[in-house]
Amino acid sequence: MEKFTTIVSKAVPLPIEEVDTDQIIPARFLKATTKDGFGNNLFRDWRYDDKDQPKADFILNDAHYKGSKILVAGKNFGCGSSREHAAWALTDYGFKVVVSSFFADIFRNNSLNNGLLPVQVSQEFLNAIFEKAKADNNLELKVDLVAQTIEIVGHNMSEGFEINNYKKTCMINGYDDIDYLLSIKDKIEHYEKTSKYLSIVS
Amino acid sequence: MGKTLFEKVWDAHVVTEIAGGPSVLYIDKHLVHEVTSPQAFGGLEKRGIGLFRLDRTVATADHNVPTKDQHLPIKEILSRQQVDKLTENCKKFGVTLYGLGHPYQGIVHVIGPELGITLPGMTIVCGDSHTSTHGAFGSIAFGIGTSEVEQVMATQCLMQSKAKTMKIEINGTLGKGVSSKDIILFIISKISAAGGTGYFVEYAGSAIRALSMEARMTICNMSIEMGARGGIIAPDQTTFDYVKGKEFAPKGAKYDEAVAYWKTLQTDADAKFDKEYNWTAEEITPMITYGTNPGMGIGIAEAIPTEASMEESNRPTFHKALEYMDFKAGEKLIGKTVNYVFIGSCTNSRIEDLREVAAFLKGKKKADNVNAYIIPGSKQVEKQAQEEGIDKVLAAAGFELREPGCSACLGMNEDKIPKGEYCVSTSNRNFEGRQGPGARTLLASPLTAAATAVAGKIVDIREALKKETAKV
Repeated sequence: MEKFTTIVSKAVPLPIEEVDTDQIIPARFLKATTKDGFGNNLFRDWRYDDKDQPKADFILNDAHYKGSKILVAGKNFGCGSSREHAAWALTDYGFKVVVSSFFADIFRNNSLNNGLLPVQVSQEFLNAIFEKAKADNNLELKVDLVAQTIEIVGHNMSEGFEINNYKKTCMINGYDDIDYLLSIKDKIEHYEKTSKYLSIVS
Repeated sequence: MGKTLFEKVWDAHVVTEIAGGPSVLYIDKHLVHEVTSPQAFGGLEKRGIGLFRLDRTVATADHNVPTKDQHLPIKEILSRQQVDKLTENCKKFGVTLYGLGHPYQGIVHVIGPELGITLPGMTIVCGDSHTSTHGAFGSIAFGIGTSEVEQVMATQCLMQSKAKTMKIEINGTLGKGVSSKDIILFIISKISAAGGTGYFVEYAGSAIRALSMEARMTICNMSIEMGARGGIIAPDQTTFDYVKGKEFAPKGAKYDEAVAYWKTLQTDADAKFDKEYNWTAEEITPMITYGTNPGMGIGIAEAIPTEASMEESNRPTFHKALEYMDFKAGEKLIGKTVNYVFIGSCTNSRIEDLREVAAFLKGKKKADNVNAYIIPGSKQVEKQAQEEGIDKVLAAAGFELREPGCSACLGMNEDKIPKGEYCVSTSNRNFEGRQGPGARTLLASPLTAAATAVAGKIVDIREALKKETAKV
């Protein structure tokens, strides 16, 4: 996993609530057996029409936002299917951060496991980003993981965000959970030998 | 202070805790399917390790499989490759696979319970959000991503933060034509598609107690549709009777010992939940969804809400949903023509669902405009349905019982709903394009779906049942 510290980037506003993972990456594109290439089909049915032509009114088709690393979306982002392909599609496309007022649980975990930072802000702060991004399509956000802050650049507005310490350390250092779990194998084996429940059902 | 059921099962599975971070949770059973596992197997290969506990892992092929001619090679190349990759990986790593052609093959959340792989008090995970189904047994069961699939394969453990607890109590008696699917669609319509996020939900109350295991599974299955990490129902005699004699369930003295332990898996009287809701079974009617998330549900006889009735911030999403569905705010759905009906999925494809549908369809005919998919959840369900003559009843009514798989629930295999068409579906998600690009899904119970297939339009199952009683 890539190391993460501070990101400054143009914000891509997607002011839609309840964006489910079927929209982020439809099921018919889940047939690959590697993690590569999902970015091409990110938001496939919102991005392309049924003749595979880009839809002019969808924001990712606006060349102005090309290369942006921060997606800003409405509440309950990433609900629905547990498909990690949604996180892979976002990172493969180039996003490093998703900002929303609320994230679905599984999506949040999947993102953290792939170096994609979910930044949960208040509804007011989210509304402020949408409002300012509407007025200024060059609006930039600065996300500082060490300080756990997000700032609307040039507007003197910032807010703190939560992340548990363990996950924060993993993201900053590019560690993953398996490295840690493999290092405590003796504890896992000890649990197996002493668990009352396991002795009953296996 | 006492503990909730969720806390009891959780605490029994904590290997160790990380200060300021998640717990390391031991996982009793890991269910694997073809879509969310290849990258995890690939990860193990890269690390040069195998599965930590092979005897706790079972795989099946369900998402990509066709529901006709399963004995022939899968036509769609990418689907075939993904299913073949699962077979190859299971062989290479030594994982038990109930693949195509195996008498135990089926939807992962149908085969776990029917084989006795799912037992009360367990922790169960799968790279599929509907893993919440298994909570019906009093287990902690939830969906995970592929990185987590790899974690469980490598260590039989997961790093998890403990969810908050919610209790939803439904007391009373369900009316005629109202099923457990209606209970869960009702709950989600009340608390929204995000209302359960961060919580593990315990379902309780006399209406839940009265349900069969399969009906309880339908409720727990859709817990994820309100954002909940999972759903759980305390095990009772109904649970113990269901588990008894199942292929992989404990037998003899082991079973008695297990039941004695399972009986302790109840929320203590003085335990506190972080949130509680209460409804009565009498206020629940047959439900149907009108929009593009499972929270957009109404009683079948009600009208779609109006914009004025909702908060400002919800309006753009509501408007987008109605535009996609081609419905108008304030209109009723009864009488709308529907050309597709899907009865199946991990929510409603078990033998009781098929029995209920067959009992309703007996002596009736499918409307000419309707194309129907009726898909058993597993090979065992299919076999049972054939033994009971359900396939013949369906055939006489103009339907065909197909072969098991996820089918038209998710538009990943051959079974898809065409663009612009309405489908009354017993599945769990009505997201845009879920059943195929441009498809419009209306979630409902198996009975409502069956009645729709006969009428060729949306009907109130209570009215249909009344007519039947009048005839007799």
